[in-house]
Amino acid sequence: MYNFDFEKPSTIADAVAALATEDAQALGGGQTLLPTMKQRLASPSKIVSLSGISEMQGVCKGDDGSVCIGGATTHATVAASASEYPALAALASNIGDPAVRNRGTIGGSLANNDPAACYPSAALASGATIVTNARQIAADDYFQGMFTTALNEGEIITEVRFPVPEAANYQKFEQPASRFAMVGVFVAKYADGVRVAVTGASEEGVFRWTEAEAALSADFSAHALEGLSVSGEGMINDLHGSGEYRAHLVKVLTKRAVAAC
Amino acid sequence: MPKDSGIGASSKRREDVRFLTGTGQYTDDINIHGQTYVYFLRSDVAHGKINNIDTSAAAAMPGVVRIFTGADFEGIGSIPCGWQVTDRHGEPMQEPAHPVLAQGKVRHVGDPIAAVVAESLEQARDAAEAIDLDIEELPAVVDMKAALSDGATKVHDDLSSNLCYDWGFVEENKGAVDEAIKNAAHVTTLELVNNRLVANPMEPRVAVGDYNRANDESTLFTTSQNPHVIRLLMGAFVLGIPEHKLRVVAPDVGGGFGTKIFHYAEEAFCTFAARQINRPVKWTASRSEAFMSDAHGRDHVTKIELALDADNNFTAVRTETYANMGAYLSTFAPSVPTWLHGTLMAGNYKTPLIYVNVKAVFTNTVPVDAYRGAGRPEATYQLERVIDKAARELGVDPIALRRQNFITEFPYATPVAVEYDTGNYPATMDKLEEIADLSGFDARRKASEAKGKLRGLGVNCYIEACGIAPSNLVGQLGARAGLYDAATVRVNATGTISVMVGAHSHGQGHETAFPQVVAEMLGIDENMIDIVHGDSSKIPFGMGTYGSRSIAVCGSAMVRATEKIINKAKKIASHLLEASEADIELKDGQFSVAGTDKSVAWGDVTLAAYVPHNYPLEDIEPGLEETAFYDPSNFTYPSGAYACEVEVDPETGKVTIERFAAADDFGNVINPMIVTGQVHGGIGQGIGQALLENCAYDENGQLLSASYMDYAMPRASDVPFYTVDHSCQTPCTHNPLGVKGCGEAGAIGSPPSVVNAVVDALQSGGHNVTHIDMPVSPSRVWAAMNNA
Repeated sequence: MYNFDFEKPSTIADAVAALATEDAQALGGGQTLLPTMKQRLASPSKIVSLSGISEMQGVCKGDDGSVCIGGATTHATVAASASEYPALAALASNIGDPAVRNRGTIGGSLANNDPAACYPSAALASGATIVTNARQIAADDYFQGMFTTALNEGEIITEVRFPVPEAANYQKFEQPASRFAMVGVFVAKYADGVRVAVTGASEEGVFRWTEAEAALSADFSAHALEGLSVSGEGMINDLHGSGEYRAHLVKVLTKRAVAAC
Repeated sequence: MPKDSGIGASSKRREDVRFLTGTGQYTDDINIHGQTYVYFLRSDVAHGKINNIDTSAAAAMPGVVRIFTGADFEGIGSIPCGWQVTDRHGEPMQEPAHPVLAQGKVRHVGDPIAAVVAESLEQARDAAEAIDLDIEELPAVVDMKAALSDGATKVHDDLSSNLCYDWGFVEENKGAVDEAIKNAAHVTTLELVNNRLVANPMEPRVAVGDYNRANDESTLFTTSQNPHVIRLLMGAFVLGIPEHKLRVVAPDVGGGFGTKIFHYAEEAFCTFAARQINRPVKWTASRSEAFMSDAHGRDHVTKIELALDADNNFTAVRTETYANMGAYLSTFAPSVPTWLHGTLMAGNYKTPLIYVNVKAVFTNTVPVDAYRGAGRPEATYQLERVIDKAARELGVDPIALRRQNFITEFPYATPVAVEYDTGNYPATMDKLEEIADLSGFDARRKASEAKGKLRGLGVNCYIEACGIAPSNLVGQLGARAGLYDAATVRVNATGTISVMVGAHSHGQGHETAFPQVVAEMLGIDENMIDIVHGDSSKIPFGMGTYGSRSIAVCGSAMVRATEKIINKAKKIASHLLEASEADIELKDGQFSVAGTDKSVAWGDVTLAAYVPHNYPLEDIEPGLEETAFYDPSNFTYPSGAYACEVEVDPETGKVTIERFAAADDFGNVINPMIVTGQVHGGIGQGIGQALLENCAYDENGQLLSASYMDYAMPRASDVPFYTVDHSCQTPCTHNPLGVKGCGEAGAIGSPPSVVNAVVDALQSGGHNVTHIDMPVSPSRVWAAMNNA
């Protein structure tokens, strides 16, 4: 690890100011950033820890009924506290292992946008709103490809607002080594339609399976997916599975998620 | 009723107290005043020509003590290979040089190019980044068959090709085997891969070199399974340091699994550099370094043919294997695919004709050597898979086919040069059928099918050759060292005992089990006895721990030394009791005169030995300390039968192990609890190989599975609760304890049953799948089901 400066501000404003330094980097739970730094693959000039900002902590209910999660809230806290949105709490409870869940944060996960992370699928399938220090970003606009998001330099995710669906379920098929999602499918049924978001599978990161959404909006049952298929093109092809296999899993897991709703 | 001490008792592992309370002393815990740290700059290309290494800028960096390159090792010995295999034509194998730091070329990703010694590890790393390397990348050879093709790039320019050796065994039988296969009623053929593995002990490798200028003595603290072997290889062949000036210490070691047998360049470097700079030099491998510098395991590509007559008797076996050596020959690498593999191809069966061909190949990959089982898992896997395939082709029960061909008379001389002394294969199979509840399988399959899963049952047998090894025999086979072991029993004045043993314990529980043997022989409390191991300055010259040899070889030495102690103690007792030595009996720690009530206690005798006021000094020396060296007359042959039941999710291809049972014959058992634990661990590693673990390179020789993000280790949730039995016991006939060894059995015996079970499950679902290579990952199973 290279040397760096460290700041732990207690307000969002101070954090934003601290991040104005060239090559400064925000630190959530450090579950990706710290291993990367240890490997000397990242060399930020300054680390700005967000964990001391109390207004970015915890889970609450918004005026519109949505579940609002502070950007620096750990997975373990979401798992324990997001009872208004059980599928989301269940997803959080199955990220990594206890050590990861007690350090990793929702803001960190969404800002990193690892193509195999769990949270992006929940945010996208829920039509969540990503709230930053500067603005509100709809999930549909937020995810812009593998490790790429709409965030600007120095912009901090302060909160994520999840509209609570009538029914939802997340199915994760684990990559055998890392236990990240080889494919993860989040299905959320709202009054105005069904949304299906897929993580782990695509070279472009999380995506919505719109054909399935249309079919399920018309008929919310696993049968509705029978005639559909997903192309292996553009899917991740690696040591653990081909693109065709991942495409196949998308459908299997979507059916299972619907059946489990 | 189970015993509560001595041989056969499940004494609690006394070493676990320190391991579980954080008071173990591992090599990385050793820090010496004035210590420096070394960082190895390693090749990031698989094959390349070193045009230039400019260390001038790096050498001026803060904290740098000295930077070494291959040039500093001109005239220093090559890392030696401990076994020379002779090929089919009577020629010795091709044996390339293996410099401590690369000279001229780099040959695998991870090959060390330069070593930066600095005041701190961070400073060493900083300086390593400032080294200006000019390496011209060359085409890499990764695939073994491609490596042997005409015009293939050579890993070693000074060798004639990438072929290390082409071994035939037994060469004289080849014609008869070919003929038998041609004339067979049925021949089953199977091509398979035994996947490359990374051992991944929890503790990575560490080396601390120290030099005492006052007495010209070097000390190496290292993570080794065999400190004396390291002293011999490094002292005599690499650095030229005589034994009396070189001490090698392997303190607590956090798992070895074979990969810590070998002498590694980093050990030689730290010892060498400490002498050069006159300061201690420490290296602790990162996990990333472990992946690219620990010797890997397995990596065989095999075609096996099994011939049967019209009555389904096995008539011949013929195999052709390509064995990956990697870029250099690791210490025991040449022996693994040959003498530890070919000699096991009879398995548990009376196949009369066997021919094994092995082509060992150099590639631009990390060297491959022994890993838990070492050659025997490769033999067992191919044999037990082809038997299963044959049973399916012939429409016969796979267990019945095995039973029909079992060896039933002992001793049995196999057609592959070994003689099994004892065994009872029908008994272990009977026991397996009982403990695995095979009769209940059909009901369990129906239950699985009711929830949409396919269920399969896989069974296999195994035989292994342990207790390595008779020195005169292995010497003829190319071993460059003896494989005896040694023990010194030092009885103290008050009767407590330190036993200095050549075997090294790094998880096996020697510190508990070895005292049980001595306690049994003397009739004293186990807690009066301690084991000393791991320090060449304290222990006699023993050869260490591998090949399930510790209790069979070193334990036998300990028995011999204890017998000498008893003989001498009886002489002392006869003097104290004023009785004839022939009338002295030792029982429960008391020496008594037969037929009388006269006796003296163990402690009275030991005290007399060291305070010889009333002592036959004219006849015997004072003191009570004896050493014995033991060289076995044969291998030992543990055997067993294993059963695995799996469920396969037909939609995703995911395999889960639902049940696993192991019926082993280890001969006599010293500590049943420890043996059970050894089997559990072995099965866990076998399931890891079968389902999860896969060390993979791309075509450029880049390691794809270079971290736990891509290398899948088995975890608790991947394995079931095992049913383990070792009540079938046919004691070894040629060692004093009648023991056979149990450390590798689980890893040898489990992979075939897992794959057999997966194939059975898929066939039950109507899929015409006859084989899937390990690891049987979800994607591979799905692809097999869908012909994708």
